[in-house]
Amino acid sequence: MSNWLRQHWQTLVLTLRRLGRSPGATLLNVMVIGIALALPLGGYMLLQNLGAVAHRVAGTPQVSLFLARDADKADIAALEARLKRLPGVRGLRFISREQALQDLKQSENFADVLSALQTNPLPDAFVLETAGGAAELEQLEPQLKALPKVAHVQLDSAWVKRLESLLQLGRTAVLILAALLACGLVAVTFNTIRLQILTQKDEIEVSKLIGATDAFIRRPFFHLGLIQGTLGGLAALAIVYLCTLILNRSIGELAQLYGSDFRLSFFGPGDCLALLAFAAILGWLGAYMSVSRHLSGIEPR
Amino acid sequence: MISFSQVRKSYRGGHEALAELSFAIDSGELVFITGRSGAGKSTLLKLIPAIERPTSGTVLVNGQNIGSMRRAAIPYLRRNLGLIFQDQKLLYDRSVFDNVMLPLAFTGHAYKDAARRARAALDKVGLLAREKANPVTLSGGEQQRLCIARAVVNRPSILLADEPTASLDSTSAAEVVEMFRSFNQVGVTVLIATHDEGLVQRLNPRVLALKQGRLES
Repeated sequence: MSNWLRQHWQTLVLTLRRLGRSPGATLLNVMVIGIALALPLGGYMLLQNLGAVAHRVAGTPQVSLFLARDADKADIAALEARLKRLPGVRGLRFISREQALQDLKQSENFADVLSALQTNPLPDAFVLETAGGAAELEQLEPQLKALPKVAHVQLDSAWVKRLESLLQLGRTAVLILAALLACGLVAVTFNTIRLQILTQKDEIEVSKLIGATDAFIRRPFFHLGLIQGTLGGLAALAIVYLCTLILNRSIGELAQLYGSDFRLSFFGPGDCLALLAFAAILGWLGAYMSVSRHLSGIEPR
Repeated sequence: MISFSQVRKSYRGGHEALAELSFAIDSGELVFITGRSGAGKSTLLKLIPAIERPTSGTVLVNGQNIGSMRRAAIPYLRRNLGLIFQDQKLLYDRSVFDNVMLPLAFTGHAYKDAARRARAALDKVGLLAREKANPVTLSGGEQQRLCIARAVVNRPSILLADEPTASLDSTSAAEVVEMFRSFNQVGVTVLIATHDEGLVQRLNPRVLALKQGRLES
């Protein structure tokens, strides 16, 4: 066991020294991998942030019930009593048409339009909050529609759902991008290892002749793939982190205009580690494929 | 220790390098394999570390059958052999010292222990003072001695040398041969393939003379 560890340690030192000997090529490779990984990673981060926003906004799903114009006080009272008896109803708010008009007049945009109107075009309305999520509200919808004097039922969760499905689309796109660029990463590693095997052809041949096992000969290439992948992953994280810093400056100003303190938040340590592991595994995979393909061709004669 | 019985080796295309070859070499022997080029000397030497496999017949090395040996077992066979190649196969991207360190890298020696062994081997061939040099800067005789140092650093029980004096002047050649003799004196079995008749006559060792893949009697 200690022997096995020592051999790996020696290989690791050797590989790092080799990488250090050609810093230009190493840097370029790491950059290619880093940028390739940064694209889907950045997309994923944006989606995660948007998702968090959508979730916060949609925290309490609501339904608005707009009443028919001919509903009188008695109808409203009866309706209120029935709504209160519905299962899962947590909050019920009545907004009379006069109040709605007042509210609307408060906002500058509509004040002019509304003052030009002779009559109040707005209906009375109930705003209903439930303990359950958007799905439960949806189940409730036909029941609400069937109530007397209810003209229209508006699920406020609808736009959240639309946003959610947009986010889902984005996630799929990011996933496809990630898969494609992961293939690219494997290809880059494959090629790097191929070149490395070619430059070390003599050493491999001699090593085989004087008693090196296949495992020993393969090992440095696996290390190289792993290290290159991990460095690429680190580069990707650095790129995305820098972009977050830069974007947050503009986002801060924009959010302030909307009275929000929204900022892009970077990944937690768990996500970062997962990415590094993913990049390392891809590097290893590229090395594995390259080694299987090219090493058997070097057989001493 | 090494035994060939009815060994035939033919290459693709029908060229027969060895035919019906049978002999045995005991532990501690010093044997020269002679013959003109193309007589099968190199092929014979390549059969022992399983670089080539016999087409038919049996090659036994330390009781192991080379013909039926699993691929995975070959490295362990080779670690017990010291190989000196006709084309030397030195690595010019590293120092003399690192060339000798190479065989110790995969036997799992700690660095200190390995370095001590490598220096001992270099000392034996008189190259200790050149350990930091690149092999390119060595003379022909020194390069050949470096090959010997690399071959013996694992303390093999069998040394195989293919034309070790071919490109050397007579003084260097004599030095190299003397080195093989001294290894043989401490119990190492030594096989040397050569076409240098003068060398053989001087030492008067056991000789396997090959002609067209067969033993001349």
